[in-house]
Amino acid sequence: MLLEQLINGITLGSVYAIVALGYTLVFGVLGIINMAHGEIFMFGAFMGVVTTSMLHAPIWLAFLAAIAATAMMGYLLERLALRPLRGKPGVSHLAPLISTIGVSILLENLANQWFGSGNHPFRSRFAEIHFTVGDVTVYFVQIVIFVISVVLMVGLSLWLAKTKAGKALRATAEDLDTASLLGIDTKKMITITVIVASAMGGVAGILVGMAFNSVNAQMGLSVGLKGLAIIILGGMGSVKGAVVGGMILGLSETFIVVAGFSGYRDAIAFVMIIIILLIRPEGLFGKRASDARG
Amino acid sequence: MRRKFKAILPFVVILALFMLSACGGGTSSGTGSGDGSKKDEASGGAISAKIGVISYLSGPGAAYGEAITNGLKLAKEEINEEGKVKIELVIEDSAGKADQALSAAQKLINSENVNAIIGPTLSTEMQVVGPVADQNGVPIMGTSTTAAGIPQLGEYVFRDSLPESQAIPAAMKKAVDKYGAKKVAIMYGNDDVFTKSGYDTMKKTAEEMGLEVLTTQTFQKGQSDYKAQLTKIKNLQPDLILCSALYNEGAVIMDQARSMGIDVPFVGGNGFNSPQVIKIAGDAADGLIVATPWFGGKDDPKVQAFVKKYEEAYGKAPDQFSAQAYDGLKIMAKAIADAGSAERDAIRDGLAGIDSYEGVLGKFSFDDEGDVVMEPVVLVIKDGKFQVLE
Repeated sequence: MLLEQLINGITLGSVYAIVALGYTLVFGVLGIINMAHGEIFMFGAFMGVVTTSMLHAPIWLAFLAAIAATAMMGYLLERLALRPLRGKPGVSHLAPLISTIGVSILLENLANQWFGSGNHPFRSRFAEIHFTVGDVTVYFVQIVIFVISVVLMVGLSLWLAKTKAGKALRATAEDLDTASLLGIDTKKMITITVIVASAMGGVAGILVGMAFNSVNAQMGLSVGLKGLAIIILGGMGSVKGAVVGGMILGLSETFIVVAGFSGYRDAIAFVMIIIILLIRPEGLFGKRASDARG
Repeated sequence: MRRKFKAILPFVVILALFMLSACGGGTSSGTGSGDGSKKDEASGGAISAKIGVISYLSGPGAAYGEAITNGLKLAKEEINEEGKVKIELVIEDSAGKADQALSAAQKLINSENVNAIIGPTLSTEMQVVGPVADQNGVPIMGTSTTAAGIPQLGEYVFRDSLPESQAIPAAMKKAVDKYGAKKVAIMYGNDDVFTKSGYDTMKKTAEEMGLEVLTTQTFQKGQSDYKAQLTKIKNLQPDLILCSALYNEGAVIMDQARSMGIDVPFVGGNGFNSPQVIKIAGDAADGLIVATPWFGGKDDPKVQAFVKKYEEAYGKAPDQFSAQAYDGLKIMAKAIADAGSAERDAIRDGLAGIDSYEGVLGKFSFDDEGDVVMEPVVLVIKDGKFQVLE
């Protein structure tokens, strides 16, 4: 019983963590909240539905399709909604936030038009592989989700800490103008950031589709808001914070149900944010956004 | 720059949350004036009646309005062919909004001078329109309004749509008898008026039947992960799961329950009763039990003739909404024929006198309040399709 619930919580937490990683990456480099991230995640999930349920293609192709589509969306988001607003005099610092909200509404409506409303099942044989230990059923997908979230966290940390591109990215995050003067192609760095973050959202979307077998056009909003809650909880721009925060939220949502308060499941995230912000305004792992890279 | 942004971020988040959770609907009620009753002109022995229709024809629920008006048009043709009553339909769109339904009703009552009204589509619309029709002495019949308290809105308010408070107990009784169930678990959506009232009915019925309720779990609309609640239910080993959900959430719940190894039957309310459940959940939908006023697979020549005619006319099978609208207008015509007049008060009295009318919904009567008296069909999903639960 408790073991099963623990697995449920870790699965949910891993999904939240992957979503929050995308958020935190964009925030760390650009200092903006990408409100369209949840909807990009939703599109990733739909790509999975289209490739597996409609085209009956294997699951690895679904991953590729989702990554390709969401990476493309990330590129377009940066080119059309973020870049035109950057570094222009007189543009409010809230403008990118508002423009990403606009993109998120557009994407949700597009999904409604293209895929129809309601839940779409995610039929894939891969999602049905499971084994039973005692009376606990563990799905292979649940393990994959956990592994992917850890791999992404470690990979992202190493990439930022050890590689040249990662250094350039951190320099860009530190100070855009100085990094440009020192010969870093900041435009390219920012574009790469948004693309990588979006592709991670796409991967998360596929995983959610497989784990819960339900994909709908509205799923981006609540996941997006929870991702936001997590990065505030974990500390803005912190990779570790995103994963730890995601786990905390996934586990608390599950265990509030175990405790018998299933009606408060959605409220718990935000109760926690308020408490954390009162105690530690910068979040669990928060430092100054520019050097929070661990 | 960035510090400033960080400072306002929590407020942005909290504001966004409010936007997510705030969802309310206000209703306004107005009063109609004018009391035009119309002399019925007998034309060639047939009694002419002008029936106003308020239906949800545009917007997200337009499919409901389409199904309803299709059923009405089919009934009208048959009634006019029969020759006892000559029906003219005046159809108005409410777009599913109470205020539009109200202005449509006022137009129908005052400028069109209709003898009776069929509609509106939603219970929330009927809450506003019903009292107005009642004040003006216009008989009004809902064919899709299932919320509690609709017939009690007034003397002139009727419905032929089976309320949840009758459907759910019928399904529960049949399921409990068949499976010998003693212990149940309940799941319901606590953020929706409809699923919440379904839960109230389930709870009350479970108490009356002496069932042991092991646990009550809630969920919210659009959730995709129900595993925590289901794990809890699984470990308590109920004989049945009572689930008050709309089909969208319900189908996913069943899918996840089956994948976790929960194989007991589910009993659902009206919102769960949709072929979409089979489409979304596939094999996992097997074992869902619902009570329904309408079943197109019924072995009844009347039903089969209606299904055939409807399919020829509109190219798809009739659903509950078409069937209830079809029978609704037929009942209206019978009330007019029985009364021998299309005066508003005469129609009201005719409707109140309807007893054991044999329509496509089965044997149908109104009780003293104008509510439905009928035996719903209890269905179970088996081998991927709805079948009568024997």
